[in-house]
Amino acid sequence: MKILTKEIDTPGLTGIEVYEKTLDGYQSLKKAFEKKPEEIVEMVKASGLRGRGGAGFPTGLKWSFLAKDVFPRYLACNADESEPGTCKDRELMEKNPHLLIEGMILCSYACRINTAYCYLRGEFRHIQRVFDKAIEEAYAKGYLGKNILGSGFDLEMYSHLGAGAYICGEESALLSSLEGCRGEPRLKPPFPAVEGLYSKPTIVNNVETLCVVPFIVNEGAEAYAAIGTEKSKGTKLISVSGHVNKPGNYEVPMGTPTSVIINEHAGGIRNGNKLKAFIPGGSSVPMLPADKVDVPYDYESIAEAGSMLGSGALIVMDDTTNVVAETLRLAYFYMHESCGKCTPCREGTRWMYQLLSQIEQGNGKPDQVELLDDICDNMSFKCFCPLGDAAVGPVASSIKYFREDYEELIADAKAGV
Amino acid sequence: MFVFSEESEKEIERNLAKYPFKKSALLPLLHVAQDQEGYVTPEAMEEIGKRLDVSPAYVESVATFYTMFHTRPVGKYVILFCHNISCKLLGADDLLDYTAKKLGIEVGGTTTDKKFTLLREECLAACCGGPMMRVNEDFHEFLTKDKIDKILASLP
Repeated sequence: MKILTKEIDTPGLTGIEVYEKTLDGYQSLKKAFEKKPEEIVEMVKASGLRGRGGAGFPTGLKWSFLAKDVFPRYLACNADESEPGTCKDRELMEKNPHLLIEGMILCSYACRINTAYCYLRGEFRHIQRVFDKAIEEAYAKGYLGKNILGSGFDLEMYSHLGAGAYICGEESALLSSLEGCRGEPRLKPPFPAVEGLYSKPTIVNNVETLCVVPFIVNEGAEAYAAIGTEKSKGTKLISVSGHVNKPGNYEVPMGTPTSVIINEHAGGIRNGNKLKAFIPGGSSVPMLPADKVDVPYDYESIAEAGSMLGSGALIVMDDTTNVVAETLRLAYFYMHESCGKCTPCREGTRWMYQLLSQIEQGNGKPDQVELLDDICDNMSFKCFCPLGDAAVGPVASSIKYFREDYEELIADAKAGV
Repeated sequence: MFVFSEESEKEIERNLAKYPFKKSALLPLLHVAQDQEGYVTPEAMEEIGKRLDVSPAYVESVATFYTMFHTRPVGKYVILFCHNISCKLLGADDLLDYTAKKLGIEVGGTTTDKKFTLLREECLAACCGGPMMRVNEDFHEFLTKDKIDKILASLP
């Protein structure tokens, strides 16, 4: 079952004519304009679609939280894909930009929004060119601009390029950045749906989330809700990377066993090695040991197994992996990307990195593992935004499941090996 | 005094039209300045401040927050070499060392002929194609030493 990646490798799909012909592109607009905006919101609610950016919040519910009768309102598509392990949105935008534009138009109509921005990470400049060309084509066909298809609905759409800051994937930091500020997160509440861009009601949705909406409008909420599990509906685009034979983005129904994704879709572990660990949802979620690999890939099952679905990036590590070294690299990432606004994150990420460096380089001391655990405890839920918690995920889970890797390195250090 | 080229002026105009408040155009204008000069000069920051009614210090505070704005000259080709987990698992560290040695520079440095700047990058959303690097705007995936040799040799 393909929703997001259907016909995605069709040559010329970035062009509007091919998109219209191959995927009945933009047909959903006609169907949407026959309905009232609030009916579209209800459809999305009924479909069970949950945000694919990482938090998994119900999309229709988010749309219904927009402050009533406050205008203008804005849509900010979060195309700041920067989470290590995650590369699904890039493929969607690079190969099928019109699907995203169509989804953004539907969201804007449903939420009575007349200005939409797509915030792309700075490194996606080549994609901005693809996207801008697609926007131009959509204007020329009357899918954007004034009185779209005679519906009376107006929408202006623009791309906006960031400049290299992972924190801008956090919705309020993204809005700060879009306003021409440092990408620092804001205190919530108020949430963007009440006070977002320019202090006006704003919807921030991930690329993959918006790309699902044309299917829901075309095929109906029930058709979407029929896919997946009871609480995790639809399909999920998963980036599988690391020690597998066929790394790639694979779209599967929610609830597919993780082992099937690794062994069947991604071709199994490289060189006939054994699985040691996997990170189910991108660098910010806890890693899991090999014995949990049969966990169904859906929000609830992964949470029950002790991790999170997150952005949907499956990072696979075989039994040649030094888990401490990989955790160190992730700790470096979060230290580098911490915006510095709050102390637990600014100081905690650096301290974690320093301790992990000492251990990994063979200079560790026995009490440092406890200290690392303690730092994790003192950062969890105590940082200003989720980046601090994200930094804790890999460190705390690596200690929980692979403590022997730490102890081995520390024992070697004591023995002077 | 900093002067934007005719082409840059068109880009500035196009960007200013996107937003109800001109301060929003700060990142786009920094990109325009960098495209023109290769990096964001202090004079460019002053000029951008004037255009957007913010102080040069404010422009600098924003420019230095984002890793993609260079405040010093860089080479003709800026290589962003991903060293994060998915690429690292597949040998990115060795390939990064190899590239640095081949260019005769440290990571973070620029070759004496000003052709290449080599930077370590924190994930470029090409995890399924690791190890990878970006040279200016082009992504190069599934890197090997041989492939790196060919890419570097192909750049004029």
